Amino acid sequence: MILHIAARELKGLFLSPLAWSILAVVQFILAYLFLAQIDTYMQYAPQLAGMEDAPGVTDVIVAPMFGNAAVVLLLVAPLITMRVLSEEKRNRTLSLLMSAPVSMTEIVLGKYLGVLGFFLALLGLLAVMALSLFAGTTLDVGKLLSGLLGLTLVIGAFAAAGLYMSSLTEQPTIAAVSSFGLLLLLWIINWAGASGEQVSGLFSYLSLVQHYDSLLKGLFNSTDVVYYLLFILTFLVLSIQRMDANRLPH
Amino acid sequence: MAQEILIDAEHLSRYYGPTCAVRDVSFQLAKGDVLGFLGPNGAGKSTTMQMLTGNLAPSAGTIRVRGIDLLDAPKRAKHELGYLPEQPPLYREHTVDEFLTYCGRLHRVSGNRLRVAVDQAKHRCGLGAVGKRLIGNLSKGYQQRVGIAQAILHNPAVVILDEPTVGLDPIQIREIRALIRELGNEHGIILSTHILPEVQGVCNRVQIINRGRLVFSDTLAGLEQHLHSQHLIVRLRNAPAPTEIQQLPGVAAVEVLDDGRLRLRYEGASPAEAIAETAVNRRWGLEELIPERRTLEQIFIELTMQDAHMDAGTSTATEEAA
Repeated sequence: MILHIAARELKGLFLSPLAWSILAVVQFILAYLFLAQIDTYMQYAPQLAGMEDAPGVTDVIVAPMFGNAAVVLLLVAPLITMRVLSEEKRNRTLSLLMSAPVSMTEIVLGKYLGVLGFFLALLGLLAVMALSLFAGTTLDVGKLLSGLLGLTLVIGAFAAAGLYMSSLTEQPTIAAVSSFGLLLLLWIINWAGASGEQVSGLFSYLSLVQHYDSLLKGLFNSTDVVYYLLFILTFLVLSIQRMDANRLPH
Repeated sequence: MAQEILIDAEHLSRYYGPTCAVRDVSFQLAKGDVLGFLGPNGAGKSTTMQMLTGNLAPSAGTIRVRGIDLLDAPKRAKHELGYLPEQPPLYREHTVDEFLTYCGRLHRVSGNRLRVAVDQAKHRCGLGAVGKRLIGNLSKGYQQRVGIAQAILHNPAVVILDEPTVGLDPIQIREIRALIRELGNEHGIILSTHILPEVQGVCNRVQIINRGRLVFSDTLAGLEQHLHSQHLIVRLRNAPAPTEIQQLPGVAAVEVLDDGRLRLRYEGASPAEAIAETAVNRRWGLEELIPERRTLEQIFIELTMQDAHMDAGTSTATEEAA
């Protein structure tokens, strides 16, 4: 049942020009960044060759590209997630799901997986770009996979937060703005932690970027993975609660 | 009632903050019933329907669908329900076929049964020719039909239609009414409407809801009784003085209408025969003799207006169905 809802969501996304234009724009920007990174690498390749324990192709090209991709997605993800629940409420199509024998959990999970499917397609294009380096050189597969895992988790977190914001309002734009604000805040929250001693631990734990960085370096730390999974779970549960609350008398 | 009870709603209430939209509404729907739900705007029709379909949780009361409690086992109960909200819930970017297939899947219909169900629903709602078209490009009437098709697709025991004929042309309205009557044979149907003749044409039970309370609930046959007023309309060419007619047996009061016709109120059995005889004997020149019938509209207005004058605190108006 969840999969039927997810499939419709994904199909609905690809029937709108928004999804295609976002795919195109993101791909274009990332391709440009990718080429720029390759350029940098070519420039420093002779020096790197002489160094002992020099950073490899994966460190110089793939890791920064994934890092940039996360920032680009931070801007783009709210545009995809904004409509997911708010538009159903606005167009009154939600009652189709509500009067069908499906639970709110199934509805929210279906929606989430549908959006995630779109982001995974985007990620797939990105991965292909990185893999194309295999044509001329060899990559550190471990680092590549850890980077991909990191990006998947980051996107999963973006989608969950966006879904929750979408459940709060009937206006897609408000959902977009507020999820962008939330994500940006969580992205930069460790900046505040950098100065003070007391709060820094908590803030840098909360930061989305802190956990991503270590995965990009190829450090697979279960704390980081658990952080993202908890983040996703929290926002999914909140969304389910929020949608259920719409039915209840207040 | 020998028929199977499909919906059993008891003491439903729903508050929106301090406003009470539905207050202590109870009723039953048996198989084969087509229940017409009438009421002025904002009376609580849609709220009641949303509660029956699980779109809103009632503040108090219970709903059982075929004996299954909607609040305790919503999934099982919703299997038996088909619902067309006021605004049909349609994904505009899908074709009719895609949309109906999706709706079927949501109700766990799959494989060959799904194909048959979609075809049947399309056939019943006259959608055969537009299966491949985008819902967003269809006219309002066709969209409404897709909404109805969606509600009956999974062959639910109860079909709940919120103003199903709004926005349709007269021919479509006739078709939809015929469809509702046909569905009424095997399902239980609740439909809300503003159009009073629609109720008389389609329903076999009527409920009038006003300001959140059920003010009238009866079968259509029972309604017919209410419609008989104790009046005769008479036109006489050589009318005598009203006092002379009033002396006839059975006639309680005489009223001269603007166009010269007389309106006789009687008590007990109709004195029509006696009046005709007397009129012929006394050469009054009888031209018309019509038993006056009240319209559903009059009853509707009486009930809803009288209730408006009443204080909200009193609750004597609830009449239970026989």
